Amino acid sequence: MSEPKYPPVTQFAMVSLALIVAGGIYLSSHLPQHVSLTPAVILLAASAVLMGVNLVLLSRVREFDWPRFFEVGKWSLLAYVVIAGMIEYVFLRNHLKGGPLVVLTLSLVIFAVHVPMLVGFTVARFHQPAEFPADTAAS
Amino acid sequence: MADAALVGAPIQVAEPEAAGPHPPLEIPEFQIVPRVGLIIIAPIIGLLIAAIAVNKLWPLTFFHVAGGAAWTIIDLFLGFVLGPILGRLSIPARIEMTTRLMPKILLIMPTVVTMTLAAGWQLATKMGTNLTSFPQHGWVVASFVVVGVMSVIALGLLEPANIAVLVELKKPRPNPAVIERLMKRFMYSAGILGAMQIATLVIMTKLASS
Repeated sequence: MSEPKYPPVTQFAMVSLALIVAGGIYLSSHLPQHVSLTPAVILLAASAVLMGVNLVLLSRVREFDWPRFFEVGKWSLLAYVVIAGMIEYVFLRNHLKGGPLVVLTLSLVIFAVHVPMLVGFTVARFHQPAEFPADTAAS
Repeated sequence: MADAALVGAPIQVAEPEAAGPHPPLEIPEFQIVPRVGLIIIAPIIGLLIAAIAVNKLWPLTFFHVAGGAAWTIIDLFLGFVLGPILGRLSIPARIEMTTRLMPKILLIMPTVVTMTLAAGWQLATKMGTNLTSFPQHGWVVASFVVVGVMSVIALGLLEPANIAVLVELKKPRPNPAVIERLMKRFMYSAGILGAMQIATLVIMTKLASS
């Protein structure tokens, strides 16, 4: 199967997700103690950098089915915003506040953006526009 | 995870690029995201939110246990029982099964995972089992790690490939080589997730009996 050379979007996204998961585990495993936020912030920042790099690398790809990417990505984004919203609700329900709330909320933002981006990429990379009518994707 | 249902003997394709266009496969009509399923899931999610809001022991335990049992059983069954069976089916039978099974899995798995984790965290907060003072705290943290690894694999590998396979099958002329490639991804990932589910069973039974 021949296909254009793509940047390592999947690998970067998985590492990015692993970093925010690690940050979340670090914070949640020390409850109710007040622990330094520094490790979690470093993990979050590294994850955000990876997502930024991923976006830049992907935006530079020339032969790519962007309409398909956005079509699949937007519906995935909707689903993951709902999921992230539920997790945020649980945080607020348990009176989480201050630095940990900020770190975990930003982690959820990365989660809610990076996963749909990955889904859209995985679908679009195998798409050849000539063989796929646009109106069948969301059916 | 559930996507292991697609794992099996590779679809036999004679080098699509070299042999010219691949032959058309007979694909049954299906919806990538079944609309009826969304109607069923909406009240479940609503009840889950209500359970967290009222913060009562029984509804939280119900959602956590019911969701966790479904998650674990579906993973193990599809990964180790149904997946290998599907791999031995003829290609048309495998495609028909895939187009009927995978859209449902696409809705069921996120729902049971959300039920399990959201209710589980709220339950742990209510009972104090997620605090460092809990005697079995190490086991609880181990469960966080197991779920974390499973989440990254499921979100990063399985789910995107799951959707990509369904979109590929929606094409007028699906490319078997693309489907085969995505199946291989399922095969490796499903083994890891199956092992993780066994680890989850060990941890949860240890916690429940302590």
